[in-house]
Amino acid sequence: MAKSIYEEYTELPQKLLDEVKREVEAHNLKGDQVKRVLDRVRTEFENAMISPGEAIGIVTAESIGEPGTQMTLNVFHFAGVAEVAVTLGLPRLIELLDARKEPSTPRIEVYLEKDISKDPVKVKRVAASIKETKLWEVADEFTVNMSQSRIEVYPNKSKMRDFVITETQLVKMITDLLKNVDARANKDFISIKLKAETFELKELYQLREKVRELHVKGVKGIKQVLPIKKDNEFVVICVGNNLKEVMKTEGVDFKRTVTNDIFMTESILGVEAARQAIMNEAIEVVENQGLDIDIRHIMLLADVMTSLGTVKGITRSGITGEKESVLARASFETPLKHIVNATLKGEEDKLNSVIENVMLNQEIPVGTGLPSLIAKIKDQK
Amino acid sequence: MTEEYIYKKIGSIFFGLLGPTLIKKMACVKIVTPELYDKEGYPVDGGLMDVKLGVIDPGLRCKTCNGKLKECPGHFGYMDLARPVIHIKYARSILTFLKYTCRECSHVLISHEDLKKKKTFKEGGKCPHCEAKQYKVKLEKPNTYVENDVRLSPIEVRARLEKISDEDVELLGVDPKYARPEHMVLTLLPIPPVTVRPSITLESGERSEDDLTHKLGDIVRINQRLFENINAGAPEIIIEDLWDLLQYHVTTYFDNAISQVPPARHRSGQPLKTLSERIKSKEGRFRYNLAGKRVNYAARTVISPDPKIKFNEVGIPLIIAMELTVPEKVTSWNTEWLKKLISNGPEKYVGANYVITGDGKKKKITDDTREQILTDLVPGCIVERHLIDGDVCVFNRQPSLHRMSIMCHKIRVLPGRSFRLNPGVCTPYNADFDGDEMNLHIPQTEEARAEAEILMQVQSHIITPKNGFNVIGCTNDAITGNYLLTRDLSLSREEAVQMLYSIGIKEFFLNKTKEVDGKDVFSALLPRDFDFIGNSRDGRIVKIERGKLVEGIIDKATIGEDNGTLIRALYAKYGEDIGIDLLGKLFRLGIAVLLKTGFTTSISDTDLPEDVVQKNNNLTVQVEKKVDELIQQYRDGKLDSMPGLTVEETLEKMILQNLNSLRNKIGQTVFEIIPEQNSTILMAKSGATGNILNVAQMAASVGQQALRGGRIRNGYIGRTLSVFEKGSLSPSAKGFVYGGYRKGLSPTEYFFHAMTGRDSLMDTALRTPKSGYLYRRLSNALQDLKIEYDHTVRDANGNVIQFKYGDDGIDVHKSEGGKINVLKIVKEVKTYG
Repeated sequence: MAKSIYEEYTELPQKLLDEVKREVEAHNLKGDQVKRVLDRVRTEFENAMISPGEAIGIVTAESIGEPGTQMTLNVFHFAGVAEVAVTLGLPRLIELLDARKEPSTPRIEVYLEKDISKDPVKVKRVAASIKETKLWEVADEFTVNMSQSRIEVYPNKSKMRDFVITETQLVKMITDLLKNVDARANKDFISIKLKAETFELKELYQLREKVRELHVKGVKGIKQVLPIKKDNEFVVICVGNNLKEVMKTEGVDFKRTVTNDIFMTESILGVEAARQAIMNEAIEVVENQGLDIDIRHIMLLADVMTSLGTVKGITRSGITGEKESVLARASFETPLKHIVNATLKGEEDKLNSVIENVMLNQEIPVGTGLPSLIAKIKDQK
Repeated sequence: MTEEYIYKKIGSIFFGLLGPTLIKKMACVKIVTPELYDKEGYPVDGGLMDVKLGVIDPGLRCKTCNGKLKECPGHFGYMDLARPVIHIKYARSILTFLKYTCRECSHVLISHEDLKKKKTFKEGGKCPHCEAKQYKVKLEKPNTYVENDVRLSPIEVRARLEKISDEDVELLGVDPKYARPEHMVLTLLPIPPVTVRPSITLESGERSEDDLTHKLGDIVRINQRLFENINAGAPEIIIEDLWDLLQYHVTTYFDNAISQVPPARHRSGQPLKTLSERIKSKEGRFRYNLAGKRVNYAARTVISPDPKIKFNEVGIPLIIAMELTVPEKVTSWNTEWLKKLISNGPEKYVGANYVITGDGKKKKITDDTREQILTDLVPGCIVERHLIDGDVCVFNRQPSLHRMSIMCHKIRVLPGRSFRLNPGVCTPYNADFDGDEMNLHIPQTEEARAEAEILMQVQSHIITPKNGFNVIGCTNDAITGNYLLTRDLSLSREEAVQMLYSIGIKEFFLNKTKEVDGKDVFSALLPRDFDFIGNSRDGRIVKIERGKLVEGIIDKATIGEDNGTLIRALYAKYGEDIGIDLLGKLFRLGIAVLLKTGFTTSISDTDLPEDVVQKNNNLTVQVEKKVDELIQQYRDGKLDSMPGLTVEETLEKMILQNLNSLRNKIGQTVFEIIPEQNSTILMAKSGATGNILNVAQMAASVGQQALRGGRIRNGYIGRTLSVFEKGSLSPSAKGFVYGGYRKGLSPTEYFFHAMTGRDSLMDTALRTPKSGYLYRRLSNALQDLKIEYDHTVRDANGNVIQFKYGDDGIDVHKSEGGKINVLKIVKEVKTYG
């Protein structure tokens, strides 16, 4: 019975109805009172509705642009204790709105599966399996043995145990990844020989460098991992942006794992995810700066950036460059280019948007300039 | 006869290329001579200043349209170019045409079959239509085309472009209806009207010509010579040279900033401003004249505070009130009044400056004309009268970053020479009184006035759409005053009545006791049916029942900016107009209290008793010891590094933590000891200005100077300044300031303090242009978005951006931070039924 009373208020959003329900139950209100609450909520909701014609775009631009003047420059925020620096503040906001292909500080927040995420030991193991490990990280020494014309790699047993790698695995990796070599495990070193019969000494030295940088374990591009406690579970913060591979890693809860790279999010999870990513990143910047901007503004911004199906920046090549009106584009940047191209295509400016009408001293089609009279004229016959 | 205005609305604008026929058609004169004026100083016929091109001198009439100055829009002319010339702005487009069409048959280099398969164009090879061999065409910058190492003259280029069929032109992405490719090679040059390039007469009577006229003069001159040489049958080399020169002049006429072309210069060496430069950049036509325009009926002067005027008022100097005017239409009801204004004239206040008669003639009111104007005044005339109290104006301070930067105020004419505004509206304008200037505009039509009054008044902008908080509230003294009043002040009845009356409250209720409690004085402002429950800054409850403050102290949390809960409640319950009135009263009450009780801050506010000084010293010594220990540990190699940090970084971090905690501890001791009545503490506690830390910095120690998240880094080898020992890591060597502002800073401390000060100045200076550009881009990208009648968010062309604004359609400006306060409603329903 109680349920039906909520269903009468179809114009209210579900979220609001849920909130009313929760509060009503918490305060033990009954029948008539519930109705009165709902009526008042509806009145307030109707009063709070936005008016048609509101130039909401400019309101959003102001609401984000004005606090931008208060943000600090050169802010590096440290996630937790370690040196995982994240660009924040105005530079990060600019980066976001530009829709740069790569963030200046790429970062992945890896959430782990429920049974792993609370156990620090298991978390550490997953973290180690994500981190890109090069051969020099598990070996003590790389020497060039001239007399035997080979390279000797001395693996560090304890480090190998940390990274869960065995010597035989190493040998296999070396032969697989470097195609023109023979590798063999000796007593306390691995010897690597070039397959070619004759070669110069220089090549041997080059090979040594190659061997040192050999990728033995983990996800390529993840330069650093750092488990951090967050709301009674561990989260691994990774520096680098190879989301696809990280999501494939065992033990990673790919449903919650996120990156701050908008384009990577778009390519892997789609444009809707990119929209959410833009919102999340923008909110993080705003909150970190101690500012308060309503979510609606950030939402609209993210929607504008993604409304064309791909992520577009707020730049002359992005959103502004996509505008239909020649004059609107010309008034922003590079006016000559836009006019010259318009003449070739014989473009027509229908004067639908704001700036063209400002130029021509005409009423702008937003706000009070929007409504107009439509009169039915009788046929005069 | 009244003037009939015909309002036209431009529906759309087409862009296209002018061809020779069109140029000739729209021209009214052919330009043949480079001379401008004859000996008498009269424009030469067929010269660049031909009278048929329009008028720029007052009094003359146009030979083409017979219009006077400002009536005649100017008319185009044209000139024949002796040889065709490439239009530099289309050099690249011409190249694509040359590249992708056959040099023999002029078809696009793609077979019909390939076209159907939607294959892409190919350059070179053989023509799929006529089998002719193709050569590579290159553009040798800026404007010569080379095919197979042979230069193509513009004549040849034009001939080839002419042959391309309309279908093929379309295939290359150009609409032949508006732009035929051969029009990109000029044979005729349109000559812009003189109104576009007016000459200015200097004081000496000499005429100074516009840059464009200079450039056009060059073109005409060279063109003449080229004609003469061709007709005389001069050698090809001379003709070629002149041709190139013509090309150069035409090129720089269009754009004087092309990389390979030396810019054409004045005799002084300064580059000419030609067509492109006129359009481009911030000072160009688009951004300077089209997107923003100069206006009349505006004033600008220095601002100063006046807490006695209302929030939605602005005090303007008398001389401005007598200069700016409001057009007032004469009706039978106001004739008498307006006649009085006219007889006062422009010199005597509340007069009028101009009268616009029924036939649209504007007449200045002077001693000579006054009588005539008065007798001629009939309903229908418009009198431009002086500003009076209550007139509507639009007030603005740059940078106009949000809509609260331009608000509507009511005029108050005051003596003095500055604009007066209530200090409460400083926040939305981001203004202070250190020499800021502001602009004021007087709307001139009924529509504009109505919009300003309904949409732009200060009371409509108390709540910012940014986050739904109030940007206007009590500030500084107004908060301190109300804090003192509601905390423990008690007044005699006479004093209370006096105080209330002085702030403009004439009807109020006070207990008929001899002593009146401060809370009751405060309550006297509130409406009798007002209920409110909120919190003060320290979290204690503030309760108002039936318009009476029964519990709690009023401070920033209730009446301040940003989240003044009491202000928002008043505003929500009683609406904009009453809300701002109450806010104004609260503001004035606060100030009246301070006027009554007296309030000042002085150096003695920072007096510390001997034992506190001793305590602080002890604290300092303790922390110093700790830091020394840390340094020693580090030196001995015993310090363990934190995860992800080097040992040095760990040490720095730990030292910084210790030093910061020291400052906080000192702040705490200072806070504990300084008496409640201390003005500085009072201001900090009420939230008016400053905080406890500021007091501690003045009284005890300034603390660590942080630069880029760490202590001061070494500028010399191993040390920050050469007075310190090399490798020293002690607090004083790394920017810790022991002294307070009162005691003073040592030279090194002063230096470190200046470093951080400079750093923050740099930050501001670098940030301003960056965020300004960000804002410009945002507003340009988003300016067309609006809410449609179906509550969708759409752009100018009707593309849906959001199906429902913010997913629920709630206006942040109209709600409490974008939310409906369900809890409040539930509580109210529960208690009041």
